[in-house]
Amino acid sequence: MIATLKFTALLLAVVVCRATQDYGYKDVEEPTLGDSQYGSLWPLPQKVQMSTVAFKLSGVSFQIVDAKESSSGASCSLLQNAYRRYDEYIFPISRMQGQNKKKAFASVSELQVWITSADSECDNYPSVTSDESYKLSVDSPVAVLKAPKVWGALRGLETFSQLVYEDEYGAKSINRTEIQDFPRFTHRGLLLDSSRHFLPIKVILANLEAMAWNKFNVFHWHIVDDPSFPYMSRTFPQLSQQGAYHPYTHVYTPSDVKMIIEFARLRGIRVVSEFDTPGHTQSWGKGQKDLLTPCYSGASPSGSFGPVNPILNTTYDFMAMFFKEVSTVFPDAYIHLGGDEVDFSCWKSNPDIQKFMAQQGFGTDYSKLESFYIQRLLDIVTTTNKGYMIWQEVIDNGVKLKSNTVVHVWMGNKFEEELQKVTEAGFTTILSAPWYLDYISYGQDWQKYYKVEPLSFNGTDAQKKLVVGGEACLWGEYVDATNLTPRLWPRASAVGERLWSDKDVKDTNDAYSRLIQHRCRMVQRGIPAEPLFTGYCAHEYKGV
Amino acid sequence: MEEKTISNSRRCYKQWLWFMVLFMSFSVIYVDAVWPMPQMISSSMARYTLNPREFIFQYSSGSSAQPGCSLLDSAFERYFPLIFTDYRAARPRQHDEWFRFPFTVVVHVERAECEGYPDADSSESYKLSVCSGQAALRAETVWGALRGLESFSQLVYQDDFGEYFVNETKIEDFPRFQFRGILLDTSRHYLPLHAILKTLDAMSYNKFNVFHWHIVDDPSFPYQSSTFPDLSSKGAFHPSTHVYTQIDVKRVIAHARLRGIRVLAEFDSPGHTQSWGKGQPGLLTPCYKGTVPSGTFGPVNPANSSSYQFMTRLFKEVTSVFPDSYVHLGGDEVDFTCWKSNPDVRGFMLKMGFGTDYTKLESYYMENMVNITKGLNKTAIVWQDVFDYHEKIPVDTVLHIWKGSPGQIQQELSSITLAGYRVILAAPWYINHIDYGQDWEKYYTIQPLNFTGTEQQKKLVIGGEVCMWGEYVDATNLSPRLWPRASAAGERLWSDERMTSSVIDAFPRLVDFRCRLLRRGIQAEPLFVGHCRHEYQGI
Repeated sequence: MIATLKFTALLLAVVVCRATQDYGYKDVEEPTLGDSQYGSLWPLPQKVQMSTVAFKLSGVSFQIVDAKESSSGASCSLLQNAYRRYDEYIFPISRMQGQNKKKAFASVSELQVWITSADSECDNYPSVTSDESYKLSVDSPVAVLKAPKVWGALRGLETFSQLVYEDEYGAKSINRTEIQDFPRFTHRGLLLDSSRHFLPIKVILANLEAMAWNKFNVFHWHIVDDPSFPYMSRTFPQLSQQGAYHPYTHVYTPSDVKMIIEFARLRGIRVVSEFDTPGHTQSWGKGQKDLLTPCYSGASPSGSFGPVNPILNTTYDFMAMFFKEVSTVFPDAYIHLGGDEVDFSCWKSNPDIQKFMAQQGFGTDYSKLESFYIQRLLDIVTTTNKGYMIWQEVIDNGVKLKSNTVVHVWMGNKFEEELQKVTEAGFTTILSAPWYLDYISYGQDWQKYYKVEPLSFNGTDAQKKLVVGGEACLWGEYVDATNLTPRLWPRASAVGERLWSDKDVKDTNDAYSRLIQHRCRMVQRGIPAEPLFTGYCAHEYKGV
Repeated sequence: MEEKTISNSRRCYKQWLWFMVLFMSFSVIYVDAVWPMPQMISSSMARYTLNPREFIFQYSSGSSAQPGCSLLDSAFERYFPLIFTDYRAARPRQHDEWFRFPFTVVVHVERAECEGYPDADSSESYKLSVCSGQAALRAETVWGALRGLESFSQLVYQDDFGEYFVNETKIEDFPRFQFRGILLDTSRHYLPLHAILKTLDAMSYNKFNVFHWHIVDDPSFPYQSSTFPDLSSKGAFHPSTHVYTQIDVKRVIAHARLRGIRVLAEFDSPGHTQSWGKGQPGLLTPCYKGTVPSGTFGPVNPANSSSYQFMTRLFKEVTSVFPDSYVHLGGDEVDFTCWKSNPDVRGFMLKMGFGTDYTKLESYYMENMVNITKGLNKTAIVWQDVFDYHEKIPVDTVLHIWKGSPGQIQQELSSITLAGYRVILAAPWYINHIDYGQDWEKYYTIQPLNFTGTEQQKKLVIGGEVCMWGEYVDATNLSPRLWPRASAAGERLWSDERMTSSVIDAFPRLVDFRCRLLRRGIQAEPLFVGHCRHEYQGI
């Protein structure tokens, strides 16, 4: 028997009530709530055909298995782990025991996962070119998920889990559905800052998990900065010994880093580490003498330090050794080298640097000195066979860059002009400027993030192709383990859909309806994603 | 400390010198640790080592509270692990051989109301002296003793080796304002019981003493009434998972009582009552479109006597469930358009001679409500709107200011107190409104008595309240959004204003206090870049 049900996602029953008063100002219109025809899918796949024909999923017998034809099998632990994970998401309460009774209704008994290309990439790290496309066909008695690589299979498993809902008797159900999906942008990142506040491993892992639910694929780890140096280096252990908030409790050991990279890999997420120089390096100076520029007050050193000292050979020796280590610890093909917000006043005060400027014929143009430093640093990193990403100032200041450099646009106003400029110069770029999620305000600011169109700038098609994606940034001035997760989700989800889904997916009302269900799903899976507005989830957050 | 107690100041002074010699070589990280700042505090560098295995609370022989005083007995149980945060072993038996010279906190209470509830006139003053290897805590009431225990627990700190210390200290303390409240809104989002209980814990660490429970509103009616069970079975988000049963309510009240916190229930009417209508047909005003009912409903129907009969029965229940002598009647933001559209209401207006002035109708309604409350021997608290419409309300009614620019708030304070009413200030502390950066400073620098009025008028400002409205807040983000931002208001309402006027002085103390909250399991967010020795371990 085929039961025809109206698609009501009762599993995630969400009711949003409209409070008539707001006790104050109201800056964003509340979207109207209706049922989306796409249920609780987030981010919305590229092509979805969903029928009203519903099938049951048996709590006893349903399973996720490798398709016979799949190039991947039991030895692919990445997928086997994912099957178990998604089984638990679909059946969060322990699976029923018992015999598989004779079925009196149509059901989906299996989800077969079929890796179609010869090399599943099961044991690889995801990369900038990883194929994340997949096709999902849900029918009775089997559902089939086809993907060229494991990366697409991971995305498809998430989508499958989002299609499952509870009917009014609590039975897990799924509608007949055809989905063809692939990401609009290849770089869909999230920046976390573990220097301004130390983030315990647990928090990072939980957020990697949530990233996977939102189909993010890059964890940009802004691991060190002025306030602290929690990265424990094997080559220079004194960096964290002296520069972390605490040498044992507030550091990331090599095994912590490994664990994070593997946890991310299993979810198809790249870990791009950022070691920002020559500015933002106060904490480096504590464990590495003579690395930073001594600032002068008149004719004598003031005791304070500025950016990395660009005129000493020891600086470059240090950087060569340090980045050699970093390039082996982090398997990703890219390293983020920072390069933002270099304050010239300390360089200007230092007589040795003044002398050096004169020798080099830089005059008083300190951006030339910055350029000098960055170029030498890039040469060093090039020898490690890594590509690099840098913040936009580096190009704004006219540093000569290799053509494969990725420029990271972060400055708030007029990001369109910057994108135009960067792509005109032929550089690949990613966008963060409109997605600084650390800036909070009262009300439904997710809509602001949602409405951004990354390709709205003036430029040729070739230029637009150079925009490979974007990143939501959660800088750490006011964020630590206590408030990071609810501040990030579901606000970052808005960015997630913008970067994954088709550019024409921009109906805020439809998004609102899907997003409140998606946020309740995150809550049910254990992530304290904050509410969008008045209302409730069937399963409220149980932690405190 | 090997010396037994000798309570005289000269002895303390000698010890002070002795400690100086011994401990000057250690780096002492000791800031003025108590938040909110006591009215009078002095301390020396002399410090005592505290050993959790040799530490006891004791009632003084003259104290009217003695072992068996449930309220203080359980406070001792609570504060021991709050003081010795790393100590996991069971407490030693008192007769053990080595347990001879414990550090003793001697508690003296003049009036033991161990089974009572805190109320508006409860004294919270206390005196605490840490000296000669013991602490003496004296208070008029058990409520004062609770505040003193909190202060004592904050005086204890750990060095890098994990040893516990307390410095020689003298405190004389009492609250500046008698009413120091926090409002939680359990209607816009349901807050699970554990989130409320956790908030009560944190409130006691901040010396807040009123939990204003905005329990129902338009979106949902989670209060399970024994008289009218349909109100929650139809009006809650979910009739069994998203309700507060009578047992839940009792638990909240009991948990609050043990921490010296009053529970002030608000059942807001006649507006903000959409959810009531679902379980109580006929209560709300049917709105009209032309000559026919539109199917939507407005505020409580003030023209039906059945409305008042219902309210009388509901408040009879409410006032017996909530022991506090005050009850909050709401009365804010009444929208007149629905009343205006309804022919029966218009007929009633005519009959009563109200003309077309619907504020008179609202006045009429609120007057009835206040009288119902009075009949139940409770005092009413209402939002400022009720005063703004110049109702005839009993002079013991308390007005609650919630809106306006700083200038308008000052004006409102002046005129309400001039009319002789008592007032609670909430407007500057709408903490649900978030902003980037250190907005705690804004809450800290409010001067509640900065308005034009006589001394007599200023006395009528009985306190203030931090409001956490629930549009964007539920169990996922409540705690970090509330703490330590509410702590800023907590100090403003407890402490002397001149002693605590500088945000620069407050900052390091609040940073320290925030880490202490974290250590106690309160998910308090950071003020700025930095770290705590023990970071939050949840997600």
